[in-house]
Amino acid sequence: MNVVPEISKRSIVKLINNGKRADGRDFDQRREIVVEPNIITKAEGSAKVTLGDTQVIVGVKPSIGEPFADTPDVGVLMTNCEMLPMAAPEFEPGPPSPESIELARVVDRGIRESELVDLEKLCIEEGKKVWMLFIDLHVIDYDGNLFDCANIAVMAALLNTKLPTASIVDDELVLDEENLMDLPVRDKVALSTFVKIGNGMVLDPSLEEEEVLDARLSVGVTQNNSYISSMQKGGEVPLTRDEILDAVHTAIATKDEIFEYLE
Amino acid sequence: MIEEVFFISSENKQLRADGRAYDELRPIKIKAGVLKRADGSAYVEVGGNKILASVYGPRETYIRRLLKPNTGVIKVRYNMAPFSVDDRKRPGPDRRSNEISKIAADALRPALMLESFPRSMVDISIEIIEAEGGTRCAGITAAAVALADAGIPMRDIPVGCAAGKMNGDIVLDLSEKEDKEGQADVPIVILPRTGEITLLQADGKLTEEEFEEALDLAMEGCMRISKIQEEALKERYNVNG
Repeated sequence: MNVVPEISKRSIVKLINNGKRADGRDFDQRREIVVEPNIITKAEGSAKVTLGDTQVIVGVKPSIGEPFADTPDVGVLMTNCEMLPMAAPEFEPGPPSPESIELARVVDRGIRESELVDLEKLCIEEGKKVWMLFIDLHVIDYDGNLFDCANIAVMAALLNTKLPTASIVDDELVLDEENLMDLPVRDKVALSTFVKIGNGMVLDPSLEEEEVLDARLSVGVTQNNSYISSMQKGGEVPLTRDEILDAVHTAIATKDEIFEYLE
Repeated sequence: MIEEVFFISSENKQLRADGRAYDELRPIKIKAGVLKRADGSAYVEVGGNKILASVYGPRETYIRRLLKPNTGVIKVRYNMAPFSVDDRKRPGPDRRSNEISKIAADALRPALMLESFPRSMVDISIEIIEAEGGTRCAGITAAAVALADAGIPMRDIPVGCAAGKMNGDIVLDLSEKEDKEGQADVPIVILPRTGEITLLQADGKLTEEEFEEALDLAMEGCMRISKIQEEALKERYNVNG
């Protein structure tokens, strides 16, 4: 077991109870965000995003497949996450850990429920052929708050994803690699993660803060109309009604800080 | 005598598909210390290859069967990102990456002075973010810089490069296209101070003379890349100028 958090916990809690954070940020202040779009030539969409010292690379690869039977006229979105052993000393190779599955699913839910990608436009032939988008998240450096960093990276990658135009001619699938179309993206979603430590809720937790958290709350907010499109609570300590409403309020009030990096 | 043969054949060689001379490397970029959490890390670009390498340790061996009471051990994980190739690669190890992980460990181990760290383990990750031919050599080159960045005592900094045969000519540092269309590929890793070879593979068809020429050319390429590795480490620790 890692004993450092047990030792540092008291000082971090004390600071937060006095309205301060160890790195000097305000409670609702994010670390610096750097977005590098289009970094993988071989991927149809890609981005690297740095949030503080946390780094995530996302690549989008399309393929053509059969739609699900209950949704024959919509495309398929699949999000997969690898927490690479290079990202932290405690990450191990092997099948996805529960944490990495949760991360992929929370990000996936934010994208899906905000109906950000117009999946109906990804249908090529109803019931037979649709675009399937594989979103692969690669965590390369873990310094806290993978959720928000991964969400920004997925958004940035989707926004520069280009697909060949697909059509059916004489029952044959024809892909026109010359005419690429932008992915039909019609909204954006900002994910804001808070952690509760002591008596305070802080936005964009650092690694140090995440290691001693009591509870965690992620809130996804759409750009259009500020709808809440996804939420996820983690951690062993319950949250009060007011803590949740405050977090939702802050997430809505600060969402544009994220969208300005995605223009 | 051999040098003469080498010289004559080089005179007759044509420019390659990407405009390079037979003995020209692809553009190469190396940066040391790119990750915060890892004890050592490096980023390498060779042509279209983009590769990250990280090192953790020496630390307590968490795999008991690997523990050695008289020395430290290394474990290498070579992994390709699903989006690093044209058709998405399924995540997780396959036979090819398992083999490369093993030969990469064999290529790096001779340079490391792990005798000073009994019962410990060094974890090396080679992550192919984008692949464009020659990932194993570039990956090992990156891992060597990451090991030095981690401050692990080393006899030398291993460096990798390949030579091969394309349209009948022996050429240096095959691109992805040349690797697919060419007639042979000889990737090597050397310890540049002594010229000892720690990794050697070959596939395709080469005569004895051609193999010798390819080996010499690949070693020459390694020596040039070695200088760039050194520069990257000096830059990381501000010892230039």
